[in-house]
Amino acid sequence: MSLLRLRNLSVEFATTGGRFRAVDKVDLDVDRGDVLAIVGESGSGKSVSMLALMGLLPWTAKVTADEMTFDGHDLSKLSARGRRRIVGKDMAMIFQEPMSSLNPCFTVGFQIRETLRIHLGMDRKAAQKRAVELFDLVGIPDPEQRLKAFPHQMSGGMNQRVMIAMAISCNPKLLIADEPTTALDVTIQAQILDLLVKLRDETGMGLVLITHDMGVVAETAQRVSVHYAGQKVEEQPVRPLFRAPHHPYTSALLAALPERATDKRLPTIPGVVPGQFDRPKGCLFSPRCKFADDHCRKVPPEPRGADLGLARCHYPLNTDERLAS
Amino acid sequence: MLRYVLSRFATFVPTFIGVTLISFAFIRVLPGDPIIVMAGERGMTQERYDELVKQFGFDRPIFVQFWDYLTGVLQGDLGNSYVTKKPVWDEFFALFPATLELSICAMIFAVALGLPAGVIAAMNRGKFFDRTLMSTALVGYSMPIFWWALLLIIVFSGNLGWTPVSGRIDLLYYFDNVTGFMLIDSLLSGQDGAFGSAVRHLILPTIVLGTIPLAVIARQTRSAMLEVLGEDYIRTARAKGLPPGRINGLHALRNALIPVITVIGLSVGTLLAGAILTETIFSWPGIGKWMVDSIFRRDYPVVQGGLLLIAVMVMIVNLTVDLLYGLINPKIRKR
Repeated sequence: MSLLRLRNLSVEFATTGGRFRAVDKVDLDVDRGDVLAIVGESGSGKSVSMLALMGLLPWTAKVTADEMTFDGHDLSKLSARGRRRIVGKDMAMIFQEPMSSLNPCFTVGFQIRETLRIHLGMDRKAAQKRAVELFDLVGIPDPEQRLKAFPHQMSGGMNQRVMIAMAISCNPKLLIADEPTTALDVTIQAQILDLLVKLRDETGMGLVLITHDMGVVAETAQRVSVHYAGQKVEEQPVRPLFRAPHHPYTSALLAALPERATDKRLPTIPGVVPGQFDRPKGCLFSPRCKFADDHCRKVPPEPRGADLGLARCHYPLNTDERLAS
Repeated sequence: MLRYVLSRFATFVPTFIGVTLISFAFIRVLPGDPIIVMAGERGMTQERYDELVKQFGFDRPIFVQFWDYLTGVLQGDLGNSYVTKKPVWDEFFALFPATLELSICAMIFAVALGLPAGVIAAMNRGKFFDRTLMSTALVGYSMPIFWWALLLIIVFSGNLGWTPVSGRIDLLYYFDNVTGFMLIDSLLSGQDGAFGSAVRHLILPTIVLGTIPLAVIARQTRSAMLEVLGEDYIRTARAKGLPPGRINGLHALRNALIPVITVIGLSVGTLLAGAILTETIFSWPGIGKWMVDSIFRRDYPVVQGGLLLIAVMVMIVNLTVDLLYGLINPKIRKR
């Protein structure tokens, strides 16, 4: 059985303009040692689905799922207290903005020891020792001194390392990284990604990487799940996805990579992700899809088989690849 | 740090000059003549009047009078009261403990109730408790103090007879003035029931004086908490699996305290100076009542000196608050 199993996960927000469905019937599986990348534009529900899993959404959100199991626990049936025993210990998360994700009023040492003391019941001394080890592990030089620092005294990259150290402090089985490198500059980005992959190799935890950077995906992930307007539109292992995307959206995303450009101008996908009030009746991508016909605009497509990358499309691309194999 | 404290002290100088000038000018702008007030209903002869004018120096140009006053102040001499003939300095420090005692109690009352109320309201945003509390706070804030005081006196002193109407302690008790704080002195005296009496006398004035700061602190805490609760680091705290009590009471409150401390500091300043109504209503022998009495008697040195000393107290409180920021907000501390 897989470590994380989500079936038909939906998240709706109660807004003044009615209900808004940010995540629409998403299925996901993550195993130990897996690196799953979730990609998609802003507003495609990547972060929201993972925040729902962690139980971090505001009270205006309504989370429903046919199945939401993690490591044998049914998350939808757990009490708030029971969930807190898992969240932060077996299932941890790091965020996009390391500078604002740490509390400015406490030293980073306090913040990391706090996790150790609450989840593992360590005393002050043991927690301090483990914190030093963790800082060493994530590559923070001079750990004893750095533990006494406040977040505003360190750089963004260092703060993200602190966040990672805090997240892996209790040896989690699953680490969710929500755009961990977006706020950092390019050289630091590579270091942080290397660190995450190294930690995955050493601890065997599952890693979910939310990103909109296809370059990051190609370098780090094993499997890719492409999301669009709250739906999962395709899921494939990395190599086949880059070689033969089945959904037109994935194909268009890949075509927009600078490395793949053949023309002087980068190809783009016209239009924007549909919002609350302009949701199409049929396929959600149909208004922007160059292959869409009347059938697409009327009937919402269901996911195809695994051989077609579970693509939510009436006319999947690269079908001959399947015939060839 | 020392440099910061010194530079803050430097800003005292213009404030100090301003307060001296204004207090000197204002009391003289008021119609009325201290000599006539002193004479009372019997009146006095023109010769005696002229003699007194000369004695107080009112015949000299106003600038000379101000200069005399200023040089006196700089030498630590605030002059003597026209009425009691005692030095203003001595009178102030005889009465100030009463005001300080009342202000401290009112502030403890306001903070002890206001902070938790604001936090709980923020945690229950939009729910019944939040709405009730915030509308109550608005009522408390808008309540005229004298009316609120009379209302409490009628109910608790008049109808129920639980608390005394005025004063600091029952006439039954008499003991020496050691610290000037009735709560401490009554304990030191060792007389049976003296402390209880002092406490009972404090209750109503404390509530009346603390009502407005309580309302302000509760509202400020609530809005600061609401802002902080939306921050990324609160999401991190929740992602760490911390219990809600720890998230709200430690991670959020510590950050929310920064603006709340400002409000508390400002309130302490107004309490020291603004206990006038409360002290008058409850016949509380503090500086508020003393100031009002001396304004009616046109007791120039007392009004001038009293205002100046109150201003200095307020400035010291504000300085303390500024230094407190550093303790709470590490971003300020390390600079």
